[in-house]
Amino acid sequence: MSTVFIPGVLRSNVGGAKSLELDGDSIRGVVEALVAKHPALGSQLLTADGDLNRFVNVYVNGQDVRYLAGLDTPVAPADEVRLLPAMAGG
Amino acid sequence: MPKSYADLLREARAQIKEVTPQEVDALPEGSATLVDVREASEWEQGHLPGASHVSKSYIEQQIEGIAPDRDAPVILYCAGGVRSLFAAQTLAEMGYTNVASMSGGFQAWKGAGLRFETPVTLSQEQKLRYSRHLLIPEVGAAGQAKLLGSKALLIGAGGLGSPAALYLAAAGVGTIGIVDFDVVDISNLQRQILHTTDRVGERKTDSAKRTINALNPDTNVVAHEEMLVAENVNRIIKGYDVILDGTDTFETRYILNDAAVAAGIPVIHASVFRFEGQLTTFIPYEGPCYRCLYPTPPPPELAPGCSVAGVLGVVPGILGLLQANEALKVLLGIGETLAGRLLLFDALETEFTELKLRRDPNCPVCSTEALAARAAGRPIPVANVGEDAPFLLTTTGAAGNVSPEARA
Repeated sequence: MSTVFIPGVLRSNVGGAKSLELDGDSIRGVVEALVAKHPALGSQLLTADGDLNRFVNVYVNGQDVRYLAGLDTPVAPADEVRLLPAMAGG
Repeated sequence: MPKSYADLLREARAQIKEVTPQEVDALPEGSATLVDVREASEWEQGHLPGASHVSKSYIEQQIEGIAPDRDAPVILYCAGGVRSLFAAQTLAEMGYTNVASMSGGFQAWKGAGLRFETPVTLSQEQKLRYSRHLLIPEVGAAGQAKLLGSKALLIGAGGLGSPAALYLAAAGVGTIGIVDFDVVDISNLQRQILHTTDRVGERKTDSAKRTINALNPDTNVVAHEEMLVAENVNRIIKGYDVILDGTDTFETRYILNDAAVAAGIPVIHASVFRFEGQLTTFIPYEGPCYRCLYPTPPPPELAPGCSVAGVLGVVPGILGLLQANEALKVLLGIGETLAGRLLLFDALETEFTELKLRRDPNCPVCSTEALAARAAGRPIPVANVGEDAPFLLTTTGAAGNVSPEARA
């Protein structure tokens, strides 16, 4: 189980949870588990081809997965996964 | 046997190597430590660029702080080249092996038409106003003078810009530019503390100027009463030392990023949503830029502005002050900025989280390739936000039916 932190803007899609414990040994596995539980997140996080949307950053233990192995980045049980879309407000 | 002044001078000339102003001017920057040994009142009239000031009467006490390596080259100068010869003898006695004195001193330097700098001198009132800064060694009179000569540009006089503007003005930043085309609305006052109830309907730039100048009459407030767009961005940001991005739209953030990277101006970025904020410092070519962090904007329903989603007033307050802190460090050249780090703030949990940011080697704006392409006059085309993300132009979604103006 890894901990996935949900940003405020997406929390309404997951019943208001700030974080979720999810199974999966890669980012792909964790995101699939998340979308299986909360299908409304699917179109927000993934493209039609199943890639991560370019406007959502995903970090594992503070590191951007785009500079690791993308969706194939391995995730260990105690890892912290963080979803981060850009914010507009000023 | 007693020695006359002429004897001492002859001995000093025989012992100390002398260099001409032209030779000093030709040295590569940073290749020698330049020390001005005149009195403070002379230094204030002008000095060599890059020189440090230690008056001759303090040379023994202070030289090690400025030139810790006794074998590194040190060049001393005074007004006419005599005091620096004697001061150089003192350094030789202290074990400095590579000391020279500039012949003819500052007078010869000026006479040769070489470039010099005039330091900002603090008035008595300024010494009192900024006394708590002057007490900090990392700021001091030189740092305060730097701030007084600095120019910061705020994009937006709103939730983020308000606290930043107040503290930058209080800190003595000499010029504060404000880009805002909006008027004060009563719903702004829950967080935009530059403005007041009796100014509802007034232009934000006018209101900001009044508040700032009431706090610090020395601050030169430059009002840019226009929306930042691709056509005016280069003109507006030109000449500023640092930019604080406090806008409410992605269009403006991308336009600003691309122009600031090209102009080499650091941007302190912050954004807020309800109880959360994000903050980082973009230093062109040293760290990532906004496009490295977010290559494309999200659809509006994922990133509504404050007027749609709401925001706890203190959140932009806290983030705006952190922006001011970053800006002061950039201007003073002290400490570690957030370049390469994204700071997240969660007000509900009172929690700060730090994420590592990297430069995108393929970034169309700040990569080595992009820099070379710009230098060659053929910049890599970057898709406009509107083209890349057509949803910004639609009227659907949580924020899509609100104009960029109304989202501020």
